[in-house]
Parts: sequence; structure tokens; C-alpha cells
Amino acid sequence: MNFEAFLPISEFTPLPLYLVISLLLSLILNSASFAFASKGPASPEKLSAYECSSDLLGDVRSLTFLFPRAVSLNKIGWFGFRSMMVFVRILTIGFLHEWKKGALDWE
Amino acid sequence: MTNIIKISEKELAQFFNELKIITTFSESIWILAYTLTLVLVVTTGVLVIVWLERKISAGVQQRIGPEYAGPLGIIQSLADGIKLLLKEDIIPAGSNAWLFTIGPAIVVIPVFLTYLVIPFGQNIILANLNIGVFFWIAISSVVPLGLLMSGYGSNNKYSFLGGLRAAAQSISYEIPLALCVLSISLLSGSLSTVDIVEIQSKYGFLSWNVWRQPIGFIVFLISSLAECERLPFDLPEAEEELVAGYQTEYSGIKFALFYVGSYLNLLISSLFVTILYLGGWKSSIPFVENFIQNISINYGINESFDVLKPVLDIFTTLSKSYLFLFISILTRRTLPRVRIDQLLDLGWKFLLPIALGNLLLTASFQILSIN
Repeated sequence: MNFEAFLPISEFTPLPLYLVISLLLSLILNSASFAFASKGPASPEKLSAYECSSDLLGDVRSLTFLFPRAVSLNKIGWFGFRSMMVFVRILTIGFLHEWKKGALDWE
Repeated sequence: MTNIIKISEKELAQFFNELKIITTFSESIWILAYTLTLVLVVTTGVLVIVWLERKISAGVQQRIGPEYAGPLGIIQSLADGIKLLLKEDIIPAGSNAWLFTIGPAIVVIPVFLTYLVIPFGQNIILANLNIGVFFWIAISSVVPLGLLMSGYGSNNKYSFLGGLRAAAQSISYEIPLALCVLSISLLSGSLSTVDIVEIQSKYGFLSWNVWRQPIGFIVFLISSLAECERLPFDLPEAEEELVAGYQTEYSGIKFALFYVGSYLNLLISSLFVTILYLGGWKSSIPFVENFIQNISINYGINESFDVLKPVLDIFTTLSKSYLFLFISILTRRTLPRVRIDQLLDLGWKFLLPIALGNLLLTASFQILSIN
């Protein structure tokens, strides 16, 4: 029975150790900022995204679903186009709702 | 009676010896010590590079640069780091806190990991993987993921676009980079960084890979500048257009992680340039080694050569990588920035065919020379 069979020291051994150390380093840096950094009062302006213009389409993330469809339109043909249009319609309804609700009033 | 006890003691000792608990334990402790030393060295290296960049940029622009923090402004980078540590850590509303926090870590950790395979000297390497440079290429493919996470998790249109552009730039220039590295390993017959340097020592100065692969050298230089997102390819952090791109919403220590990651990447690229093209730790000046050896023999301290040689090796590696650092800092202050379409054109339509042609040329020369 050989203990070395369970934990063989090979050339790859420093790798997981180093990985753990770098993860720890990022963790320590983040928690150091948590401990030492000052925390001002949370105002909605501070927490809002940095924009040079008004925030029209509230959720930009839903646009990501359009990207692959835009790129591969010649492959997915009419069916893909129609499904994309359904999606865009849903987004537009959300946008109109935002408009009505007055989220765009400070234009 | 005592004889029986002695035999069992011997057998017991042999048993534990074969278990190799102590061996693995002590080797693990040593590996931990080496790893921590490397982490310390690398962190100090980043501080030095930040100072170097500011001083050299100042020299280019005919001003002085940092001079108040410490003698010659050496403590300036440390002071900046501490300032960033104390800044408030804002996580913007509506953002995905997990992606936002982990993004910078994923950008920095792969770069950090690559220091495993860099030889600073003859035996001064943390993990002499037999897939050395391939490990670097594979790990650096994780960086675009982190860029996308940071851009997407910021809940900001401009950050998102910046993240997409940065990821596109990163993956476009990975391919010419990998092709150049492939050509080098064709020449060396091995992927291990130590082997690549060893093979460059046959004819001294003239057997450096830079003379055998001039096209590959230039393509590697350009691609690694683009991978590090340094000017003239620093569109992701262009000040005027995308308001610092995917780094817009970041403040405090997360921004510092991006900053540190960028300089770590620069140091890695310059170290790889020395290893792959400029002969690594081999000083290639036959004088110097024999001179020092003669000195140590004359003074009767034969062992001092064993201490001086690694120092010489490390010094050689660092001076050669300083050359690339200097060139990249000069380039940053000299050349204008390229547009995103020009950037992607350069990567796909110019560097990629050239790197492919270089690879084919190298492969055919190798085949012919073997036959």
C-alpha cells in the first residue's frame, strides 16, 4: 500500500494549489474592500447605471436573445424571422407600458 | 525478546517509509512555499510595472511622473492600490450581483495561473508541465468569459457593448497567437517552455527563435498587444467612445482587479516573448558564464557559482522581458487607437493568414530538414 498512489506528486501538482491560492486572493481582496471601504448612503442615482442618455429600454439583457437570430437569419429563414418578431413584439409592449407609466418623463 | 521488538521496529519504520506520508507532506509544503513566493514576486512585479509605465510615459511626454510618494515615486502604485481598496464598492441596481462580482476574478485568475509555466531560470519554474505553452493558450481562452460576465452583469447598455467588443477582440487575436506558438513548438519539437528555451541555446545568440521566425515574432508581438488590450488596441477601455466600456460600473477593488489583470497580462506576454523568441534565461554570451565560473574557482568558492548562476538567469530573463515592456509602453504613447472594424480586420484578414502561412512555411522547412 502506497500513500503516494493517492496523492502522487507529479508536474501538475502545483496547479490546483495555485488555483486555490488565486481564488483565495480574489476573495480576500473583495472581502478587504467589504471590511475597509466606506459605505455612503444608497441613493437611487448612485446605484443607477452610468448613462449619457435616458434609459429607454429598461432591460438590455432581453436584447441578447436577438443577437444569435440576427446573425443566423439566412439559416433560420421565415420561421426564425417570425419567432424573432414575436419576441420583439413582447419587448415593444413592455416598452410602451414603461412609457405610459411615466418612466420616460424626464426627457 | 528484544530481538523481536527490534525487528518489528524496523519493519514498522519501513512500512511508514513505504507509505510515503512524510515525503508527500514535505513536498507539498515545499510546493506551497514556492507558490507563495511566486505570488509575492508577481504582485511586486505588477507594482513595478505600473511605476515603470508612469515614469516612461512621463519621459515620453517630457514631464516627470510620480515623484512625491516615496523616493522617485516608487510607492505610488501601492498608494493607488490602497486608495482603490478604500473606495466604496457600489453594485449597481438591477445588476446581477454574482456575475458583477465574479467577472473581474475570472478575468484575472487565468492570467495569474499562467505564471506556473514560466521559467525564470534553469530550474526556477513552478510546474514544468510538458504541455507548457498549450496550457497558457488554453487558460487564456477563459478571459473572454470574464469580460462577457462583467459587461452583461453591469446592467448598462454601454458596458454590455463594451464587453461584447472586448470579448470579440480577445477571441480574434487568440488565433494568430496560438498559430505563432504552434510554429515555435514545431521548431522545438516540444510544448514545454523549458525545452523551448533549451533548444535555443545551440549556437548562442544566433539560435534564438527570433531569427528563425521573424514573421512569427512580429505577429506574436501584435497579437499579444491586442490580447492585453493595450493601445493601439485598447478599444474596450477607450475613454471617449464607450466611457470605459465594460469597466464603467466598476469601482474600488474590482476595478483594481481589472487594472492588475491588465498589467499581469502584459508581464506574461513579455515573459513569453523572451521564452519563445529571445532565448529565455540563456544569456548566450559565452564570456559571462565562464568568467563567473573562473572567478568562483579562483576564489575557491565553487558553490558560489551555483548561487550566482540562477541570479544571472533571472536577471537575463527580466532584462529581455523589460525590452518588450518598454516597447509596449512606448507604443501606447505613440500610436493612435484603431477602430473596432479595423481591429477585427487586422486580426482575421491580416494576421491570421500571415500566421497560417508562417506555420505552413515552418512545417515544410521542418519536414525538409528532417528528410
